[in-house]
Parts: sequence; C-alpha cells; structure tokens
Amino acid sequence: MIRQLADSPTRRIYTPNIQMDAEHAPGPDDTASDATESTQSVDSAESLAESTPRLGVSLAAATVAALVLLPLIWLVRLAFDVGLSEALALSLRPQTLEVFANSAALVVAVTAASILVGVPLAYLTVRTDLPFRRFWTVAVSLPLVIPSYIGAFAFVTAFGPQGALQRLLEPLGVQSLPRLYGLGGATLVLTLYTYPYVYITTRAALKSMDTTLVEAARTLRHTRWEAFRRVTLPQIRPAVAAGSLLVALYTLSDFGTPAIMRFDAFTRVIFVEFNAFGRDFAALLSLQLVAVTLLILAAESRIRGDEQVYGGGRATDRVRLGRWKLPALGLCGSVAGLALVVPLAVLGTWFFRGASDVGSETLAFDISYVLNSVGVAAATAAVAAVFAFPVAYIAAHHRGKVATLTERATYVGYAVPGVVIGLALVYLGTSYAQPIYQTLYLLVFAYVVRFLPQAVGSLRASFLRVDPKLPEAARTLGRTPSGAFRSVTLPLVAPGLFGGMALVFLTTMKELPATLFLAPTGFETLVTRVWSAYSQGYFGRAAVPALILLAVSGLSMLVIVSQEGYDVK
Amino acid sequence: MSDNTMVNDTRARAAQKSTPATESVLEIDDVSKRFGDETVIENLSLSVEDGEILTLLGPSGCGKTTTLRLVAGLERPDGGEIRLDGDVVSGNGSFRSPEERGVGVVFQEFALFPHLTAGENVAFGLKEWDDDEREARVTELLELVGLSAQRDSYPDELSGGQQQRVALARSLAPEPDVLLLDEPFSNLDVDLRVRMREEVRRILKEAGVTAVSVTHDQEEAMSMSDRVAVVNAGRIEQIGRPEQVFQHPESRFVASFLGHASFLSGTVGHDGVSTALGEIPRERIHGLAPEYEGSAIELLVRPDDLEATPNPDGSGVVASRRYLGPTALYEIELDSGETVSCMHNHDVRLDRGDRVSLSLAAAHDLSWFPEGAETVVDR
Repeated sequence: MIRQLADSPTRRIYTPNIQMDAEHAPGPDDTASDATESTQSVDSAESLAESTPRLGVSLAAATVAALVLLPLIWLVRLAFDVGLSEALALSLRPQTLEVFANSAALVVAVTAASILVGVPLAYLTVRTDLPFRRFWTVAVSLPLVIPSYIGAFAFVTAFGPQGALQRLLEPLGVQSLPRLYGLGGATLVLTLYTYPYVYITTRAALKSMDTTLVEAARTLRHTRWEAFRRVTLPQIRPAVAAGSLLVALYTLSDFGTPAIMRFDAFTRVIFVEFNAFGRDFAALLSLQLVAVTLLILAAESRIRGDEQVYGGGRATDRVRLGRWKLPALGLCGSVAGLALVVPLAVLGTWFFRGASDVGSETLAFDISYVLNSVGVAAATAAVAAVFAFPVAYIAAHHRGKVATLTERATYVGYAVPGVVIGLALVYLGTSYAQPIYQTLYLLVFAYVVRFLPQAVGSLRASFLRVDPKLPEAARTLGRTPSGAFRSVTLPLVAPGLFGGMALVFLTTMKELPATLFLAPTGFETLVTRVWSAYSQGYFGRAAVPALILLAVSGLSMLVIVSQEGYDVK
Repeated sequence: MSDNTMVNDTRARAAQKSTPATESVLEIDDVSKRFGDETVIENLSLSVEDGEILTLLGPSGCGKTTTLRLVAGLERPDGGEIRLDGDVVSGNGSFRSPEERGVGVVFQEFALFPHLTAGENVAFGLKEWDDDEREARVTELLELVGLSAQRDSYPDELSGGQQQRVALARSLAPEPDVLLLDEPFSNLDVDLRVRMREEVRRILKEAGVTAVSVTHDQEEAMSMSDRVAVVNAGRIEQIGRPEQVFQHPESRFVASFLGHASFLSGTVGHDGVSTALGEIPRERIHGLAPEYEGSAIELLVRPDDLEATPNPDGSGVVASRRYLGPTALYEIELDSGETVSCMHNHDVRLDRGDRVSLSLAAAHDLSWFPEGAETVVDR
C-alpha cells in the first residue's frame, strides 16, 4: 500500500553543487542527476571510467527489464488472440462500459474526497496553533499503515445491518444499519486509507514554503484567506496534485476494497470473470485497466516535471484558530478515529471473543502461515535486490535513451495493477511455464515484478546521493574503477539497498491479488488466511493474521520514515 | 621536452638534478578539450617546475578546472600531450588512468568519504603500505596539518577548515608527484580563507610538493603562488611571477582581471608621452623603444598610481565616489573625455563635481599597449 510513497516528492536527492564553474560544460554523457528529479541543470562531468555503461551491467539491466515486461507482453498477445471483432464486441458490451464508468466514478470520488480531507489536515497541522499538533501529525498519517482490504473488511462487518455498530446501538432502539456496500462504501474506505498521500505531500510543501511570502501578501492588504488563495495555494498546488495522482492510481488498482464492498470496478470484475472462466474478457479488461493506469501515470510524470524547488522554510508565527479550535480538533479526531479505531476495535473484538468463546476458530491459526509469509517475502526481497542493482546503477549514472527505457521498463509494477500481473502470470504459467506454475517460483516472480520499483527507486536515490567526486577522489588515490566502487560507492549505497529490501519484504507480506492468483494450492500465508476468513464468513479467523499484517505494515512505515527523514515537528 | 630528452633521459636527468629549479615535473603540451561542440581548452601549453606552486587564475568557465581534470586523468584530452616526470600520460592514443598517475587532487568540496573517519580518509590512498608504515604516515600527516586530535572524527563532525586540512593530508599521503587543488578555498568563509591560504602554502612548502591550484580569486592567486598563469577562454594569456603579471600585464584582459585598470591614451614624443595628464617622461614608461616615436599608445594606470588634488584649474571633474572604508575610489572624468580611477585613503575627501588636477604618484614604471591592440606585441 505504501509503495508509491517510497517514490514520493518529499525525497531528497543529492545534487552536486550547482554554482560550480560553468566550464564543466555539460558533456554528452553528463550524469549526476535526472532531469525529472531536479529542475536545475547539474554540471558535473562523470569520470571517464563510467562515461560509457559497462557492457556487463547494461546487459544485466536489459535482461531484468525484459523479464519483468514478460507478463505484460503476454497479456497483449492474449488479447490479440481474441480477435479484433470479438474484442470490439466485448469492449462495447454494456457491462464493460459500466465497469469503466464505475471505476471512473470511484477514482474521481476518492480523489476529490482525499483532497478535501488531506489539504485542510495538512494546513491545520503545519500552519495553525492546533493543540497537540505532533500527535495529530502522526495520528492522521497512520491510516497509511492499514492495508485497505483490512479496513474494508472491518468496515463491512462493523456497519452491516446486524454489524458491531448496530449491536452497540441496539439499546437505543436502532434495529438495523444500512450496508456499506457499493460506491459509497468503497469511496469511504478508500478515502480513509489513501488521503494520507495528499496529506503527506501537501504537508511537505507547506513546511518548506517560505512563510515570508504570506507575510508579504498580508502587508499588501490581503486577508488571510486571500493570501492563502493567491500565495499559498499556487505554491502547494504541485504537491497536492502529486498526492492526488497517487490516490487515483491506488484507487484504480486496488483489488481488496471493491471486492469486499462488492463494487464492480475493473479489478473486481477481472477477478470474478477469471474465476468464471471468462478469461478472454478478463484479459481484455486488464488491458483497458492498464491503459487507464498509464494515462494517470503520464499525468503524474508531467506534474512531477514541474516539481518546485521550494525555498528555505522558516517557522514563523502560526495562524490562531480561536473559536475554530474545536471544529478543527473535531475534524482531526473523527478522521483518525474512523480510519484507525474502527478496524482496531473490530479486530480486537474478534481476537478476544475468539480467544474466549469460539476458541476453535482462533486456534485454527498456525505459525506456519507466518513462516510461509516471511519465507516468500524474504526470497522476494533478495531477488528484487539482485535485479535492482544493475538497473539502478545505470539509471543513476547514465542519461541515454537505453538507460531511461530500461529503468522505465522495470516500473511495470507501478503501471500494472496486481490483479493484472496475477492474471497474466497464470496464463503464462499454464501455457508456457507449466513446470513452475503452481510453484513458489512463479509467486515470487510475481512479487518481484510488482515491487521491483521500490528497490530500484530506493537504490537509485542512494546512487544519486553519492557525490560523483567521491569515486574520482578514490581514483586519484590509487584505486581502480572497480576498487573505487567497492570501497566508496558500495558502503555509501548499502543503507539504501537494505532500506529498499526491507520495503519489498514488508509490502510483499501484505500483497493480496497476486497471492490469490498464484499461491500454490495448500500454501497458506497470512494474507490468504484473511481472505478465506472473509470469503467463508469466519471473521474470527481473520483477527490474528490481520493484526500481524498491521504490525508488518507499521514496520514498513517506519522504514520509509527513517529513510525519508520524515520529521514530525 | 621531446624525443631527444627521451633518448638522453639519464643524462638529462643528471643535468637537471644539479639545477633542480628548472626540472619540469608536469608538462602540458598543446592540449585541447571539447565538450560536444564547445571547445573548452584550445592548444594550451604549460610546464610546472619541481617544488613550485603554480596557480591557474581565470574567470568562471575559462577552462581552468577542466585543465586540472585533464592532468588528473579524470578527462581525456582531444588533442595534445600531457607528461608527468617526462612520461606521457595522455596523448597520442595513450592514456594512463587516474590511479596510475601519482597525482593528488584536493577537490572543491573536499570530497571526503563520509563513511570514513579523518584518519581513515588519510589512510585511503595507502592501501599498499605496511600497516605500521601506514599508521606512521597518517600520524605524520595529521600532525603536519595540525589535526592529530581529530583522527577519529567523521567528516561531518569537522569544521570547514578542518575538512580542508583533512582533504589536503589525504591527497598528500601517497606522496604524489604533483598535487592539484581545485578552488580549494571557495567553500570557506572570508576570514578562514585568508588564514587557510597561508596555512596551505606552509604545508605545501613543508611537504616540498609541486602544486597546481585553480582559482578565480586574484588575491588568492597572488598570495599563494610562486607563479600565476592567467587563463582566458581556454588559453593562457600570461604566465609569470605574481608581481610581474600584475605590474606588466601583457594583455588588456590580464590588466583588467588583476585589479582595477584604466587606460590613458597618449602620443609618443621624443622625450616622453603626451597625455591628458600632461607629458610623462620616457623613463617612467616600461620598455618603450625609440621606434615608437610618433605612434599612439595607451598607458595602463591603476587607481593607486594617480593622485587627485582639488584645483579649480584642474583637467578633470570627480564623476563618482565609492567609499570602501579605509579608502575611497574616485572616478575622474578628464576634459579629454577619458575616465580614470584613482584611490585615496579616507583622509582625503573629494565630492562629486569637484574640479581636480591629476598627477602620477607611481614609483614604478608604467605598462602600455599600442592603441587599440588587445595585447602587447613583441617589444
């Protein structure tokens, strides 16, 4: 769930000093930084030894790119097999159009709601005298930790006609509560668990914005609101947009929430069709889903290109809330309460009730689920690290077309929703890779395709943070190119490598759709346990695995926070 | 140096040993470098003698840092030859990589390895030394730069001046034949910069190393170096001792880049040059041959060469006054239409619009250029 955050605009990249002599006229293979990262042109000529990608590294990177592109290519082939006329017919089926309309409505609703929740919360926690600001900063960021399928699960059981909430309200005469299924429920749950993307990016922009600009506007006869609209808003707009696009991407590709909320978005219908042996239709829908995702991604990269270099922030006096203090606290409290307290309360209830009365249900939990989850996640992290190394190296050190293409190719995990990767690999496995179908190899491969971008992103940022002068200095002190790499570059990127691996490990643990498609029969993980508990209605069985997943999720958040230096002050 | 030096290598060396001041440690011969379509260095030649500190001085973008990187082997030249101790290291298709050159570099931002302590940074280039020798060398160098107490500190725990000294010690440790310093003081604040200049010069002289430094700060170049090479647009305009380059610039660029310069036109007569300041005797003019009689020249006058005194019948008017603290810089507009600058200490006070007369206060002889010429033609 946090995968996009690892690549969020708050990250800091080492940019070699910019005021250096212009005499380092940007050479043809000038390196140092990627144009999409920094708007400044960086002029540091790369040392000779690295001015042409070494063949071995390039080949390795290209192989990785080809491997991870495989599922997608296969999917396209499959769609072609359907035949053009039939594909057209399927695409224009009322059901297809309805799915498209549903997904579009969901994306728009969730994105709009996330902006409406995220931006005010960011403003309140950064720029006002809201009491307990640090507490609220943590509390309203935390929903990111809860996988949305667990949130959806909790909400459905809490809010149903005879749900937990109804039982709580029964003494007051409440006989039945409306179900949360459908667009409304999906929007509510997805907003609660994705608005932090908007919150975090907006908060970073607000924090780094020079508040003297606002003061200048105030002295130029602007009210606080006018100053916000004319000065602050234009400054934070790119950040809000970046966060919103992350929300849109997440919403479009999320499988768990629409499935649990029984809302016919792309992901749910693909899964249902697949299980009903409507494979052609599922493949076609998958392609359409990928196309829509690519559209959003294209929009995102455009916004990123405009990313501002914010001026030095200066904490000046805060906006006094006055009589708005209570409503502000109410907003923070209700958002955090809904998003955090509901699922924790539901899981906690199941856990304790399970432990006392329906003991057998809870005891059905087996330590092997944890071991299975940890095992595949560790394998995935290791493979992802090996795959990421050449790609990140080339991406950080070379700016040619090949380097860019290779890196972009490994980002399929971003562009292709988990449902689609799962589906594509099932097809690929059953038709061409029978020996590894229904084995852990294919499952680990699916995870690697999905989460490789996290490892590449983290490692690439680490490579970029290494001042290109450092390996040069090592060369002048008698080290060969590879010696300089080993003794200087490698120790400096090691934290990034381990950080990336940790992230891959933790996100793999809670991955849902690809696991459902590809886990070998009888191979039970924490995630499959939660899912079967949901689909069979034995909610109590979900408590322990879900709580463990929450802990894992929290850990992955910690990894990101320590990597990004996300400070709460 | 060319072929015959190679042939007579031993003899040449022996001869040079007796006159060490003329032994060239580094020779740059007709070197060019292009980045894409842009020529950064054009046919640059330079030789650096054993034990001397030479500074490449020039504005941003003139190619001085690139020259340094070419010598270090961090860039390949597009033409020409670079020799270290008589061995060709770049040129004619041969290229020796940085680690095989025995050249030390002090980088602009010091490029200290952040994951290693000061001591480990200094030891980095000594991996082939015995443990004992390495330890001893690190101790010796940290002592030389006065940082023995900071041996176990990491770079981010050191001040700017300390980082600078660690960088210097690190590059000196493997006993390089030539040390290159890329804008070594640009990262320090003004006070520290002046102190570190003295300090670095002391350390370099104590270590007896040949050094090439690069800067755009003329004061730094003047105070630190044995010789200064003024670089402009990828070529060397003039090279020589600091005083020589300052007092007798061979081009208008050099004259203007090293301090404030005004030019005063005059006509060469039999006994002197007649200018807007009156007749200046021939012996006050540097190397003015008799053949120049009758031709138009321009004299280089620096602000401290001139003295202005209030005089209602004077030949100039104060056009502006820039107060600099201990001194003030005046622009004087002469009746001839020329403008010259002159410097006075804060005792004297002239106001805008005052009429003044100007006289020559310089004790040294003045440099000159043929009228309209950019450089001094062979005198």
